[in-house]
Amino acid sequence: MMQRNSTNRSDMLVMGLGLLTVAVLTLGIFMAFVYAPSDLAQGNAQRIFYVHVPMAWLAYLAMAVVFVGSVGYMWKRSARMDRLARSSAELGFLFTTLVLITGSLWGRPIWNAWWQWEARLTTTLILWFIFIGYFMVRAYAGDRERGARYAAVLGIIGAIDVPIIHQSVTWWRTLHPEPIVLDTGGPNLPDSMLATLLVCLAGFTLLYAYLMVQKTRIETVRDALAERELTALFAPESETLDRRPVAPVSRNVSGAAED
Amino acid sequence: MTGDGPLIQVEHVYKRFGTKVALRDVSFSLVSGEAVALLGANGAGKTTLLRSLATLARPTRGTIQAFGVDAWSARAAVRAQLGVVAHQPYVYPELTCTENLVFFATMFGLEEVRVRAAEALEHVGLARRADDRASTLSRGLLQRLNLARAILHEPAVLLLDEPDTGLDAAGREVLSEIVHSQVTRGGSVVLTTHALEYALGLATRVVVLGEGRVVLDEPRELVSDEAVSLAIGSGVVAAGR
Amino acid sequence: MRRVWALVWKDLLVEFRGREFLGAMVVFALITIVTLNFAFDLSRGDREASGAGGLWIAFLFAGMLGLGRSLAVERDRGTLEGLTLCPVDAGTIFLGKFISNVLFIVIVQAVSLPVFYGLYNLPSLEPMVLLMAVIGAIGLAGLGTLFSALAASSRAREILMPLLLFPLAIPLVIGTVRATTLIFQGDGAEAWPWFNLLAAFDVIFVTLSYIVFDLVLEE
Repeated sequence: MMQRNSTNRSDMLVMGLGLLTVAVLTLGIFMAFVYAPSDLAQGNAQRIFYVHVPMAWLAYLAMAVVFVGSVGYMWKRSARMDRLARSSAELGFLFTTLVLITGSLWGRPIWNAWWQWEARLTTTLILWFIFIGYFMVRAYAGDRERGARYAAVLGIIGAIDVPIIHQSVTWWRTLHPEPIVLDTGGPNLPDSMLATLLVCLAGFTLLYAYLMVQKTRIETVRDALAERELTALFAPESETLDRRPVAPVSRNVSGAAED
Repeated sequence: MTGDGPLIQVEHVYKRFGTKVALRDVSFSLVSGEAVALLGANGAGKTTLLRSLATLARPTRGTIQAFGVDAWSARAAVRAQLGVVAHQPYVYPELTCTENLVFFATMFGLEEVRVRAAEALEHVGLARRADDRASTLSRGLLQRLNLARAILHEPAVLLLDEPDTGLDAAGREVLSEIVHSQVTRGGSVVLTTHALEYALGLATRVVVLGEGRVVLDEPRELVSDEAVSLAIGSGVVAAGR
Repeated sequence: MRRVWALVWKDLLVEFRGREFLGAMVVFALITIVTLNFAFDLSRGDREASGAGGLWIAFLFAGMLGLGRSLAVERDRGTLEGLTLCPVDAGTIFLGKFISNVLFIVIVQAVSLPVFYGLYNLPSLEPMVLLMAVIGAIGLAGLGTLFSALAASSRAREILMPLLLFPLAIPLVIGTVRATTLIFQGDGAEAWPWFNLLAAFDVIFVTLSYIVFDLVLEE
């Protein structure tokens, strides 16, 4: 009885989160397409910015959560921490892919090129590969527990490397002056744009939280199912052992003669 | 040293590899001064059990206590008291016998490594080949080198997986002597083999596994050789224990 | 620690007598350096700008060849298990492997750099270049040892290690190539910030690899 009540309660909370997410996102999208003014230089293409930036934020947030989960797993070997890490990695990979795509789409009309080797995009591209590595390591490890351990290693090393990668790519680019690209507005963002951006950020963050909750739940069920399958292997076999009597044991003291 | 309680205590251990269950509800105690012959047909789980005792495999379920602590969590310390001979040689073919043993003696944290290495080589009868590379040794002599490696640090428990493979008569003498002195010292030995008579000659206790279960677990004097053969062959509990 | 040196010595002996991969690494690096010429068509002006890149590609690939093999061989032969049965912790085994890997990479570099100088007449024997080479080798060996252990027990091990290593080693590649290029162009003084980056990278990742190695070596 108690459990059902608390399950209901958490279900309601999650649903509430979902509704809130939809509400804020809808507001955000409205603001992005209608409320915010067009950019002087870039025109309407600039509106992708309101999706691109939150996606980038989520990609890195997801990586940070992967780091936390990986450290937690390393420390406690807790399945929960591993679920946290791998769920966030899936979402992180999704968002990273979207950042790269929206970045290209945004850039094309502005740069006349699909890509620029500037620091943020480049780092995100590398992050994309790190996520791929995370999943490959799990897939190729052979068994689930080992996969979790190896993935944790990658989660820790990868997360710590990301800021270093960013820094080194930034230095690399500043030595090769490039046209200033992807003007995300900087300090001169007009209030209306800033407001839109913040609403979108909030909306997407809520989306991440909601998806994480659902994803970790699915993973919990998956883990439980796998456990159950394996435990079933340990059940005593249905056919009884053939217990036919064997020749009675003779107290054999001459056994040594056999040597 | 005897009578201090079991050196190794295995309780209701299950070990699974993927969907194959290698050990099923295995319980077993090892006290000091025992030489256990671990027997069974191929695939019965002998190697898995031995590897679990050696902390090389972690039980899927159940516990293994070694020297009073949980074997897996304290495995670094537990390993210091184990001498293991496995199917594959642990020695490096490119190094000489002496270099191999000096290396392992250092890794075991021993003092006077050269002296210990020389003594171990002497013990297994490899003193003449001390400066030959391990790759030049025949199968039997290589096995002796592996034995030397296992006894180098005078461990409390020897875990030997088919140690008699490739050994000639002289080699088996060496092995028997190692087992006897281990037992006399108050240590213990668990060895697996398919050479039934040889094992029964050395053992103080016989454990037979069948399909991952313990099918027989008796002091040597209390079982007939036929009962042991039967137990191995059928993988079934012998009646009238 | 005594045991770390014992491990390093053992690795050196085994490699020099067994000749598993060091020779191949050296030859591979040399071939890559020669192929550079055809790939980049290095006329004098360009050489200083792109030579360093080619040099480091040679080191990176040759390094990975060796790093991948060294632990895989131990695993295959079963000697890795013999090592884990010794009462040493994973970190010690890491240090031993790491140091021997650094030495192997440095040996490859020691052969390649003079050859590079001979072929392209670029100042690859400058002390600063050597310094960068060693710093780079340390970083490569640090992460490489960790990932080769990880890949060694997985399927598709040959492809897994480069796949994991390349993205993470990018700061290393950027730093060494930029610094070496600056030195080739005569602006050595400007290479120091890169050196700092590389040194920081090395310290961070060798330490991290040491700490997490335990996760990789188990069962």
